[in-house]
Amino acid sequence: MTIDAFIAAFADLLDETDPAEITADTYFQELDEWSSLSNLSVIALVKTEYDKTITVKEIRACETVGDLYNYIENEG
Amino acid sequence: MKGKTILVTGASSGIGRQVAIRCAARGARVVLTARREEALQETLRSLEGEGHLYIPADLTKSGELEALAAQVPELDGIVHCAGMSERVPVKLISKDHIERLMGLNFSATVLLQTELLKKRKLNKGASIVFVASRAASYPSPGNAIYSASKGALISYAKCLGLELAGQKIRVNCICPAMVWTDLITGQGLDEAELREAEKRYPLKRFGEPSDVANLAAFLLSDESAWMTGSCIDLTGGGEGTLI
Repeated sequence: MTIDAFIAAFADLLDETDPAEITADTYFQELDEWSSLSNLSVIALVKTEYDKTITVKEIRACETVGDLYNYIENEG
Repeated sequence: MKGKTILVTGASSGIGRQVAIRCAARGARVVLTARREEALQETLRSLEGEGHLYIPADLTKSGELEALAAQVPELDGIVHCAGMSERVPVKLISKDHIERLMGLNFSATVLLQTELLKKRKLNKGASIVFVASRAASYPSPGNAIYSASKGALISYAKCLGLELAGQKIRVNCICPAMVWTDLITGQGLDEAELREAEKRYPLKRFGEPSDVANLAAFLLSDESAWMTGSCIDLTGGGEGTLI
């Protein structure tokens, strides 16, 4: 998955944030709508797109959307 | 439970394994099934007594399900523990997700029961136990399809109980709240968060597989002879809440 496709998929997980606001540099855990459910959404996205299992702890260790992308691509 | 033969599905780990151990400890002969042969052998090694056997089978494959039903001896009890969980927010529910969860938790469980009945494997007076979940009636984020699969199972079990009452075969469901198995720890949830959540339960802990096994053993025994069509909550006072 390219970084752009990942950013678009990530933006789709959100309900209230304007997709245009999401970039590789977005500190996603600081978004107003970020919640435990958002973590589950990321887990489901990674499972569907990469067939990998990422944990809440691993998601929390990432700061930006770009960090998350790199982590999943390389290690998750 | 001496002299009784009990089939336990999902016997390779978690609740199923503990149910098998408890039944054997109370004198029953246990027939174990699950997909993974090595894990079944490990369960078998932890059983007291003799005469137990295991039959590896993937219940979602009809050929394997039929072969299992053909191979099992006549039964005095069944504990349907095979099941899976996968938390997905409603916006991301896919056909695959529905088929995986409903396929095992509901369809495979029901179809195994059908095969066992067709092959006349249940003795008069047998007891059938389904491990359902509090999730069937209590919502939790990401749990929509899992909850639906357990709700479907409970509705099915009530009809099954009615149809089998004439043969004095009893059917009951156990609805546990959160129980420490890889069903909850293997989903990427943070263990520290789970440890926090269990403190919110009135009895200050989630369940252990042995808690469920104790109730299953009671439902399989003649001590529960007047119970059928029941759904028993087993919750430590909690509601099944997680996040």
